[in-house]
Amino acid sequence: MTAARIAYMSERSRMSFDVQRVRQDFPALKQRIYGKPLVYLDNAATSQKPQAVIDAISRFYSEDYANIHRGLHALSERATQAYEGARETVRRFLNAPAAQEMVLVRGTTEAINLVAQSYARPRLQPGDEILISEMEHHSNIVPWQIVCAERGARLRVVPITDAGELRLDVYEELLGPRTRLVAMTHVSNALGTINPIRQIIDMAHRRHAAVLIDGAQAVPHLAVDVQSLDCDFYAFSGHKLYGPSGIGVLFGKAALLDAMPPYQGGGDMISSVTFEKTTYNRLPYKFEAGTPHIAGAIGLGAAIEYVSNIGLETIAAHEHKLLAEAMARLTAIPRVRLIGTAREKAGVLSFVMEGIHPHDIGTVLDREGIAIRAGHHCAQPLMQRFGIPATARASFGVYNTPAEIDALVAGIHRVLEVFA
Amino acid sequence: MNPELRELYQEVIVEHSKRPRNFRRLEGARVAEGYNPLCGDKVTVYVDVHDGMLRDVAFQGSGCAISTASASVMTEVLKGKSEAEAARLFERFHALATQGAQAAGARSLGKLAAFAGVSAFPSRVKCAVLAWHTLQAALKGDAVSVSTE
Repeated sequence: MTAARIAYMSERSRMSFDVQRVRQDFPALKQRIYGKPLVYLDNAATSQKPQAVIDAISRFYSEDYANIHRGLHALSERATQAYEGARETVRRFLNAPAAQEMVLVRGTTEAINLVAQSYARPRLQPGDEILISEMEHHSNIVPWQIVCAERGARLRVVPITDAGELRLDVYEELLGPRTRLVAMTHVSNALGTINPIRQIIDMAHRRHAAVLIDGAQAVPHLAVDVQSLDCDFYAFSGHKLYGPSGIGVLFGKAALLDAMPPYQGGGDMISSVTFEKTTYNRLPYKFEAGTPHIAGAIGLGAAIEYVSNIGLETIAAHEHKLLAEAMARLTAIPRVRLIGTAREKAGVLSFVMEGIHPHDIGTVLDREGIAIRAGHHCAQPLMQRFGIPATARASFGVYNTPAEIDALVAGIHRVLEVFA
Repeated sequence: MNPELRELYQEVIVEHSKRPRNFRRLEGARVAEGYNPLCGDKVTVYVDVHDGMLRDVAFQGSGCAISTASASVMTEVLKGKSEAEAARLFERFHALATQGAQAAGARSLGKLAAFAGVSAFPSRVKCAVLAWHTLQAALKGDAVSVSTE
């Protein structure tokens, strides 16, 4: 496709994108909070669910529910088909080569723990190193700390700039012969920074280090292609992508997953068991012990279809406009300071107000019907880096509107009034 | 403005959060640290006790308006009170913050009555009681951190 054709198509999809129509798909958005229309700006924590997802889950429980992978009966076959269908939807979403490389897990956190325990733990030798960044969520810090402490390995941290961008020059220096794994976020949950993961992965591979990308904040905003990225592991959760909570995905290259021991033992992950010896099931079932969140996987499949029908490019363009406008308008408000001003950002607007604690901002905005997050965003080392206890964070999704930015700005002026 | 919000952020509270009283270290006093891991509020409470009387109370730390103002007003109110009176006031303050003015008989609580509005904000109750829990730990001689999560 030519550049002109791409531009034409994205312009066309932008034109046909009608945010008011999208909002109709989300029943939760129709309610009023303290008598005011709900302004939901906490999408980086979790997103609301479209009717299509709610219906898919409800239909599955009403009509097709049974356990999977073992039934000789009709319901079990239908359930298995729906579950495996969702896996195929997820594979297409990440453009992974094979469905067997998509491990369905509880969420990003479990995916990272799986890689820490099954990939890193058996390989790490004393003195080996794992590289993470200063902007990681606790879920991409603590699993590595646990495994490093156990194996005598070293966790090293790539710093960021004041704008919230990764110091690639320091990353290059820290990548060394002892680096076994690089674990980095694609999009920062607290700053919104989009990391140049293609470059991060290439640099790691030149040093023969494997790479895990935490995609929890990225997949709702950016199209991800694990083949063109050539990443070894990619993890994300369903609930930030308009799907259910309790379901997530670990993509891993088949050769790596194959060589890894199971994460948990139990039913469905075996092909035969005797008291003397158990042989494990093939991929991805080796990593899916026990009855999984079947309805969750089906809901995730429906969410991906919903998002794909609108088009991630369209969603990204819509959110980018909102973010740019919100950043410009908040910058102009007295006492407000933005935290995270990277050149490449997605979805997230973190800010602090001089002399006003983020929790008080959150409480005042709540009474205006505006839901934001106030706190350390499970990134305490990052808060320490900026010398602040917490931030207020507004984060955008497909259904947010320019009018909601007006409401946010008015709400922040209300905060200024209270703490005049 | 939302009436509950006005009730929460009363002038007394906003003013104390901006200019906290007794915001200092007390050398040689009993001390305890309080921490709210959920929101990161941190407070260190110092209390100088002599013959069962709280001769001086002070605090340091960082937190939201509610937790800062609560610590500040607490230090003012408790200075010169006996340990037993302090314990009774904490009980009443706790009732005030969780159940509101009527349940706690706020009229006789003086400045502390300003915190009655907190009861309409369940997620903020822990902010209001953090300094009090910490004071209790200091009086008991528990130097360990208390947590109000």
